[in-house]
Amino acid sequence: MGSIWEYANPKKFTRTVDVVLPPVAVLAVLALAGGLIWGFFFTPDDYKQGSTVKIIYLHVPSALLAINTWLMMLVASLIWLIRRHHVSALAARAAAPVGAVMTVIALLTGAIWGQPMWGTWWAWDPRLTSFLILFLFYLGYIALWAAIENDDTAADLTSILCIVGSVFALLSRYAVNFWNQGLHQGASLSLDKEENVADVFYYPLLVSIGGFVLLFVALVLLRTRTEIRARRTRALLARERMI
Amino acid sequence: MIPDLGKYAGAVLSSYGASLALLAALVAVSIWRSRRALRALREVEERVKRDG
Repeated sequence: MGSIWEYANPKKFTRTVDVVLPPVAVLAVLALAGGLIWGFFFTPDDYKQGSTVKIIYLHVPSALLAINTWLMMLVASLIWLIRRHHVSALAARAAAPVGAVMTVIALLTGAIWGQPMWGTWWAWDPRLTSFLILFLFYLGYIALWAAIENDDTAADLTSILCIVGSVFALLSRYAVNFWNQGLHQGASLSLDKEENVADVFYYPLLVSIGGFVLLFVALVLLRTRTEIRARRTRALLARERMI
Repeated sequence: MIPDLGKYAGAVLSSYGASLALLAALVAVSIWRSRRALRALREVEERVKRDG
């Protein structure tokens, strides 16, 4: 097996995606459908939260990905800034809309879940607020890419924005621990088994998380290949104009 | 077929409906953009090859 840096070559990356994407997409659909069907149809109501506990199979995976997509973008941005590999900058660009949609799903399902449980759709709670700010960072990041014509300049500036936004991605994850206040509970999943939700909810939740992660991987591969092709088209058109 | 969701049926069903609609839209837009980008690249590459 070669070095990971071989995939910084756009042609090699595109060829690999052509092979890897179909099985990843099929696995994503199977895991996502499996987790959600298991959770929705075959798990009991919670003794406190009733049937609203079924929202956990959407809320937790989407919130997890909302944060971790930004961290993936951070790693890709740092690789761009340090090694100047275009594929990594384009992968960060490709991931942003996926992360933004995951953040919207987390905020939306959180509000719908919060209304019957907390008696309010929204509170300026540390975790909720940091998630809202993270969503605004996603919008800013996507807008900045779209606003700058030169790809390299756009990649430089969005990478800086990504580093700054990482503070809020981390705050979204650890806000509950930092401030120990607000309505939102602590983590639903933890390496410490005592802190996890009951097994009857835990296993379908793991499958659902697996489905969301595979869907994320499939979408980022697909969208990065799209960005590589769009960049190649722009380069050829620019060369054509110069002749 | 649908389990008895009791008084929270609206909350649970709207969560699933909205989330699945958003995911479906994201997948559809990603596939549409991918096909459009491939078509545009092929057109330009053919033109460049033809015109030298």
